[in-house]
Amino acid sequence: MKPLLRTLFVSITLILIGGVALSAVTDRFHAFTSEAVRRIAVRQHPVDVPVVALDTQSGARINISDLRGKWLLVDFIYTRCQTYCAALGNEFAQLQGKLAGPLAQGKVQLISISFDPAHDAPRELTSYLQRSRSRGAGWLAVRPVDPAGLAQLKRSFGITVIPDGLGGYTHNAAIHVVDPQGKLVEIVDLEQSDLAMRTILEGIER
Amino acid sequence: MITRLRHHDAAYLAAILFLVLLSPPVKRALEESMTIQMLVQIPLLITVGLLMMRALPASVVAATSDWNYRGISGLVLATVTSTFWMLPLSLDAAVTSPLAAVAKYLSVPLLIGLPLALSWPLMSFVIRGVFLTECIATFFRLGWLYLASPERLCNLYMLDDQQRLGHYMLWIGAALFLGIVWKLIWGRFDSHDGRPDIASQ
Repeated sequence: MKPLLRTLFVSITLILIGGVALSAVTDRFHAFTSEAVRRIAVRQHPVDVPVVALDTQSGARINISDLRGKWLLVDFIYTRCQTYCAALGNEFAQLQGKLAGPLAQGKVQLISISFDPAHDAPRELTSYLQRSRSRGAGWLAVRPVDPAGLAQLKRSFGITVIPDGLGGYTHNAAIHVVDPQGKLVEIVDLEQSDLAMRTILEGIER
Repeated sequence: MITRLRHHDAAYLAAILFLVLLSPPVKRALEESMTIQMLVQIPLLITVGLLMMRALPASVVAATSDWNYRGISGLVLATVTSTFWMLPLSLDAAVTSPLAAVAKYLSVPLLIGLPLALSWPLMSFVIRGVFLTECIATFFRLGWLYLASPERLCNLYMLDDQQRLGHYMLWIGAALFLGIVWKLIWGRFDSHDGRPDIASQ
């Protein structure tokens, strides 16, 4: 009977250790994908947005840190994209309408960052905004000036871009909320833009 | 096939296979798609562990069996570890984080392959049956999940890759199931503890 008892002891210990390890990795069984992990992580530990130089659609050079003091709604796009980015564009256009007041007061800024800077010159960025029916106010389309800046942005926002084999890209599309201190505080799905808006409106009132 | 290998042959084979899998071009190629990572790379890493068992001295094998009644401890260890490597977030992490890559290359041979190889000869008919049934169920569950999920579960891999993996997993589950049915009806069962075969007629 002795090996049986030993085996029982070993097995129960292994199950306990395994359970604790799995719980730790999945954030107490809430997150099973890297996307879910990324979203929970920024909510618990907001990430500093790096200081990165950007070209805007009008050809101006700005730094993302110039936008401190405003709430930012950030998405990542490439202008040749037919699927996700088009949907993101529509969503941002709607947010531009719903947030017209705070946008006009300079409390909020919409910003679409291209991860395909080689192709997305200011001209392409302008036509992306036009196609998305931007009303102009408060919505910037930008590209990082140098590849190191792009890499920093992708790392801190947790953006994974993979070539789709058809000349385009697949990427984890989402809406990112950055607070006036320059911290990434929330990531929501495209369909949950109401959540992002609520975070911002509550933040402005506070 | 594996059972007939001599100790040092198995050790060499395990070492060569492991080094090949570790070499950056092979690693990169095997992690290019979700399907290949799950259905080729991980099974080959498990094989490294299976081969390692052949390389162990008999005294070590005997010592572990005191703590491994009917192979249950080994089975639990392998199951817990493989649960971990079935999480979509682990598949992403194994490619993007060096720490997770090291954890995968060590844990899959040592904590899945090796314990399974140590446990299999000790497992009774019933325990083998439970293990294989659970394997089939896992292939069906995961296959169905990958096929049905409208979203990408791994940030690194495309949706069509994920769905192809789902298809293959359903086929593998079905093949395992048919194989077991075949064995139950027509197969021979050589019991480890010297009892006569438990083959059905």
